[in-house]
Amino acid sequence: MHNLKLASVVVGLSMASSAFAATQVEWWHAMGGANGEKVNEIAKAFNDSQSDYEVKPVYKGNYTETMTSAIAAFRAKQQPAIVQVFEVGTASMMAAEGAIYPVYKLMKDSGQAFDESAYLSAVTGYYSNTDGEMLSMPFNSSTPVLYYNKDLFKKAGISQAPKTWQEVESVSKKLLASGVSCGFTTAWQSWVQLENLSARHNVPFATLENGFAGLGTEFKFNGPLQVAHIEKMGEWQKSGIFSYAGRTNDGAAKFYSQECAMFTESSAGYAGIKRNATFDFGVSELPYWEGKVKQPSNTIIGGASLWVLQGHSKEEYKGVASFLSYLSKASVQADWHQFSGYLPITKAAYDLTKEQGFYKANPGTETGVNQMTTGTPTANTKGLRFGNFVQIRGIIDESLESVWSGKVDAQTALNTAVERGNAQLRRFEKANK
Amino acid sequence: MTVTFPQKGLPWLLLLPQLLVTAIFFLWPAEQALEQAFYQEDAFGLSREFIGLENFIDLFTDPLYYQSMLTTLVFSFSVAIVGMSLALFLAVMADRVIRGKLAYQTLLIWPYAVAPVLAGVLWWILFDPSMGPIALWLKSAGVDWNHYLDGNQAMILVVIASTWKQISYNFLFFLAGLQAVPRSLIEAAAIDGASPFKRFWTIVFPLLSPTTFFLLVVNLVYAFFETFGVIDATTKGGPGQSTTTLVYKVFDDGFVGLDLGGSAAQSVVLMAIVGLMTVIQFRFIERKVQYS
Repeated sequence: MHNLKLASVVVGLSMASSAFAATQVEWWHAMGGANGEKVNEIAKAFNDSQSDYEVKPVYKGNYTETMTSAIAAFRAKQQPAIVQVFEVGTASMMAAEGAIYPVYKLMKDSGQAFDESAYLSAVTGYYSNTDGEMLSMPFNSSTPVLYYNKDLFKKAGISQAPKTWQEVESVSKKLLASGVSCGFTTAWQSWVQLENLSARHNVPFATLENGFAGLGTEFKFNGPLQVAHIEKMGEWQKSGIFSYAGRTNDGAAKFYSQECAMFTESSAGYAGIKRNATFDFGVSELPYWEGKVKQPSNTIIGGASLWVLQGHSKEEYKGVASFLSYLSKASVQADWHQFSGYLPITKAAYDLTKEQGFYKANPGTETGVNQMTTGTPTANTKGLRFGNFVQIRGIIDESLESVWSGKVDAQTALNTAVERGNAQLRRFEKANK
Repeated sequence: MTVTFPQKGLPWLLLLPQLLVTAIFFLWPAEQALEQAFYQEDAFGLSREFIGLENFIDLFTDPLYYQSMLTTLVFSFSVAIVGMSLALFLAVMADRVIRGKLAYQTLLIWPYAVAPVLAGVLWWILFDPSMGPIALWLKSAGVDWNHYLDGNQAMILVVIASTWKQISYNFLFFLAGLQAVPRSLIEAAAIDGASPFKRFWTIVFPLLSPTTFFLLVVNLVYAFFETFGVIDATTKGGPGQSTTTLVYKVFDDGFVGLDLGGSAAQSVVLMAIVGLMTVIQFRFIERKVQYS
């Protein structure tokens, strides 16, 4: 029945006779703009490389919209074979055991060669189960870095990017004195200023290996390190060193307009900044607090991965497996990494990019990779896995905003967020027994 | 005069399209929401558990839910009152225009065709603290505009964005209402020496009361139910929870958070509130309405 419907849609949509010859594989994604065009290009290159399968990328709106539509489609038994899901949706996907087809299993069942060790562990760790088996295929991963305005730095007489938060403070003071109206702003505050802050200092964000060891997690981000950082940021908001600019990446506007001289944002923001900055900018690693950690740990990733959904034919899954293998090829990966600013997911892609001289020609593009691959990931730095994480991020946003506006002190705000966040975790556990 | 139909079936047949629309787009979803509110379910619908009133208990033991109710009341009445007074003012003005009447009226009705989310994005750009023209102008006038931080400013922003669209709708009804006011009454009052202001308040406005009442109901329902797109595009309910209205919470928990049971329970509560409000309006306010 499902296939019949699909076929009729295909007939309606495309008159190409090849559509009948090849098995169709639908891929729902959330990549708009230039990245969306690149996704179409990748699919087309795959389709042209063989004649058995045809991957059809469909843009479904932003991450939440894509995930919601895929779930709604699943409930109506109209789901695509592949769907791109953002990192905060990972736990929800993993919990839906009857709905997903784990990638490691898919590869085995379809007889595709699949070597998990070829992938960067800092990336795949986020999407693997406790036995280290990959459940979804990483596609676009990023990690937060610090962008800074070299022109404003020069004007203020600063020669180097700040490495620590102490330096961010002193550098900002100099910048303010030179007439800049704000030191730094941030995108994705929960991800950068709490989740990655914790990872960078090797401090738990939650119990049970940040949720990796199973359900029953309790949040821990109201610890002394996090409270001290948020308290400091609240002070900085008052003194102009920090300027809050919204929950997503709206802060970019403040950086482009040179209102703020520094910007903590995803490494994938590189392309946008390069396009919009009318000044010379640099990329540097995410700062850490000197004295709180000897050697800063790796940061964790954000972005999205590709999940395979149940309910399709064997033939289609063969197509999915062959497409996922194609996606992991060094040349495809390296091209995607260099074009979009997302991190490479295999070592081969990283080496190839290096060989091609991309990092030398585009200084700063390697920062994210280096920072994410420093040292071996620990229980505190391999990632986060929480149910209802979308709502929890919203709760954290609300609490942080109450600190920035000076209504509540950092300790109280984070305590509230932990308490409300835990309630969300319990709700998720109850719904996903 | 009562029209009688020869057969019993025909009137039902004529009503059928509307009944079908109501059944499919209102009764059925409402019934589904009511049922869902008593269950806890994972996002994919793989497992489902009856949990009785737990979803409701969770809601009513959450102090933030009451805060959200308060926010909704402030928001809805602001939207209704601001939107209706501005529309009435514009309608009175447009009614007096003799030349280019149609052009004015068309321009004033235009915003109604804009989708809520687009209206939200439009105002979001205009008020962006670092590059929005209005925000920059406010800054030069000494107002420190930053709706990312200031809850009251965020509320003002969502009220403006939601009202702007609705003004057109209200304008249309007020204009029609004004045109139905008999000229002779106004002229008689003018001859008796009543000032334009007095003529408006003692003659025109009371005669407009059916329209005003109708618009009050419609505007409140609009503000309660249809504004989540605007809020999502402008403030996403923040900062803190200062613009999280009940309907935005339904949308956010249900479609973003995928907590279907909790979201359904909220929409049931919302449905009850709006039902109650409408009853109150018809019972108490409608008495003051003068149908000619």
